[in-house]
Amino acid sequence: MAISSLVHLGSIMGGVRTVDQVGVEERAASLGKRSIKKASKVWALELAIRMMDLTTLEGADTPGKVAALCSKGIRPDPADPSVPSVAAICVYPAMIRPAVEHLRGTDVLVASVATAFPSGQTFLDVKLAETKEAVAAGADEIDMVIDRGAFLSGDYQKVYDEIVAIKEAAGAAHLKVILETGELGTYDNVRRASVLAMTAGADFIKTSTGKINPAATPPVTLVMMEAIRDFHRETGRAVGLKPAGGIRTAKQAVQYLVLLYETLGPEWMTPERFRIGASSLLNDCLMQLAKERTGAYQSGDYFTLD
Amino acid sequence: MALTKRRDTALAKQSFDYAPAPEAVDHVKIADRYGLFIGGKFVEPKSGKHFPTINPATEAVLSHVAEALAADVDRAVEAASRAQQSWGRLSPSRRARYILRISRILQERARELAVVETMDGGKPIKESRDVDIPLAAAHFFYYGGWADKLEWAFPNRSPRPIGVCGQVIPWNFPLLMLAWKIAPALAAGNTVVLKPAETTPLTALLFAEICQQAELPPGVVNIITGAGKTGSLLVQHPDVRKVAFTGSTEVGKLIQRSTAGSGKRLTLELGGKAANVVFDDAPLDQAVEGIVNGIYFNQGHVCCAGSRLLVQESVAGALLEKLRRRVDTLRLGDPLDKNTDIGAINSKAQLEKIEGLVESGREEGAEIYQPPCELPAKGFWFPPTIFTGVSQSHRIAREEIFGPVLSVLTFRTPAEAVEKANNTPYGLSAGVWTEKGSRILWMTQQLRAGVVWANTYNRFDPTSPFGGYKESGFGREGGLHGLIPYLELN
Repeated sequence: MAISSLVHLGSIMGGVRTVDQVGVEERAASLGKRSIKKASKVWALELAIRMMDLTTLEGADTPGKVAALCSKGIRPDPADPSVPSVAAICVYPAMIRPAVEHLRGTDVLVASVATAFPSGQTFLDVKLAETKEAVAAGADEIDMVIDRGAFLSGDYQKVYDEIVAIKEAAGAAHLKVILETGELGTYDNVRRASVLAMTAGADFIKTSTGKINPAATPPVTLVMMEAIRDFHRETGRAVGLKPAGGIRTAKQAVQYLVLLYETLGPEWMTPERFRIGASSLLNDCLMQLAKERTGAYQSGDYFTLD
Repeated sequence: MALTKRRDTALAKQSFDYAPAPEAVDHVKIADRYGLFIGGKFVEPKSGKHFPTINPATEAVLSHVAEALAADVDRAVEAASRAQQSWGRLSPSRRARYILRISRILQERARELAVVETMDGGKPIKESRDVDIPLAAAHFFYYGGWADKLEWAFPNRSPRPIGVCGQVIPWNFPLLMLAWKIAPALAAGNTVVLKPAETTPLTALLFAEICQQAELPPGVVNIITGAGKTGSLLVQHPDVRKVAFTGSTEVGKLIQRSTAGSGKRLTLELGGKAANVVFDDAPLDQAVEGIVNGIYFNQGHVCCAGSRLLVQESVAGALLEKLRRRVDTLRLGDPLDKNTDIGAINSKAQLEKIEGLVESGREEGAEIYQPPCELPAKGFWFPPTIFTGVSQSHRIAREEIFGPVLSVLTFRTPAEAVEKANNTPYGLSAGVWTEKGSRILWMTQQLRAGVVWANTYNRFDPTSPFGGYKESGFGREGGLHGLIPYLELN
């Protein structure tokens, strides 16, 4: 590793615009108070479903579990065919093949975590090999983790080089770069990591693995949106965003869409540029949609558990 | 009615159109007619006159309120004088109990008060709900706490009440300004005669009901309604021992003149033309929020509004681009809609004043930016406005506009920022945006302004004193300092 380039990248990182914690939290909270009702709520909930990366990342995952999740993702509400499919099913690499099999012939994509998810604490060769195999197994999208240890020790070059290498290994697959904001400690670091990942070629930046608390929060997501907005203005390249972890209710999902709409604008209101990583969120969205349709809340027994 | 923007048809289906989300008004009862609140009762005015108060967003008449003239003012001051004898001698902890009870009722009736504040004044419901009413309750709660601790607040002095206070408040934060005035006065053992602004009397009249509900002794709080003439009669009344006024510098000067030599105590909280200073190392996205909050909060009807943006030239381009983009997202329309950011201008007269000053800005050659935005047909409205290329000599950089109009000036060095920020007859507030702590401290020493916010703007707290330098007035409201004007401290 060339020392000069490390120093250079370090000073670039030092020059990234700072974030004021009080201000960004206040802004996120104020947008959280938007009141989304009736037609706009239905529209937002359907969009949230279309943007969802329906996720299972458990040691106990089996082909059977993944198959059930795929069926749910393709047709979330058996009682209402107008409810759209989710954007993707997100699984561990070992579950890619069963997912690909069940999703064949549908628009639902397969996303796989890779690069020693969730910690990322392994050898680069292993990460590259895992990425290549995941793509070979049929993953359309790769969700990688950054090396937080390197980032926090100031070795930005290592983080950067790794993203570049994995982007290359991922080939045509879309690369989502997980910053694991819960481990970065400050909004300044979140913004720096966002700039670093986008510069290194990320197609999406993603908040969290879902294995660490806190995961996605509205202010962290807002900081990343602001970084994306400035990056787009400066380079012309539009990078997507995926908050993941901790988004469990339809109300939260709608709040994220408000944040998105009022920060990045209508151009980002599409699954091509925004995803929500979640598992239990889908049923709450279905429950809310059914409530808007029928005027009454149904019991949880009317929604499938997969 | 949100700002409507031109968009590509391809993107039209991605536009997130928020459905109307109006706050319910059916729980609010506004009487057709209100009398004057004197001696604990609503009484008919001796003047025999009433005048209408309207909703500035629809121009619909909400109610008719009494006009107090000389005989009515006499009666109110007399009631206050009589009540002061016993109120001033009441044990301080019992006074505290009444004040805290008022605070609790304000919280209980918060929703109703917020709706009436918005209907009568035009401000967005999200502001009356989240700022005006909670802060008003917090002021009573805070000063209720001081009522039985005055001896400790001013050690080795013997704090005593002054007597009857004549208080005149403006229309921009009707109930909040009432709280700023009444809470410390009562805590100190004074009684009050308060006159709300003629365009926004309703929450003060609801407050009169709250005084009844709290079983406050009759005459401790008296509310008289009317316009400038009523206010002038009140402040000149010989039995008023203390005058507190919040409003325009012009009227403040008249009051100071008329009270001169009378031995009355006086505090004035007047206009402002605050500088919001953004340095090149500032967190720009949050600075943009602070600028928006500084000037578009309450349609800019804020005496401490950050109406002059001073931005360091090296970041002016980037900041202004962000600012314009942000202003495009502001939602102007029905003040009762929970998603409205910018409500109605308080009155026709104020709208005309804003229009006149904006016209002068155009004529003097400043560049104007207003987002494409539809204004409702009825009511008084003005779009959020940014003037760039403004210089110190322009009227829009000197005079208080009291509307949603921002004047942008640039500077090159910190010394120049200070010079421009201070180069105004006013001195109420200022904002500083920088990551450098030492620069914040240095700026607060240099700026001649009563309040300096660092990396935030328009933040209020009952514990924090507020007031001006120069033509922005004198005396402090809020905090321990806010008790001083209401006490004899011998």
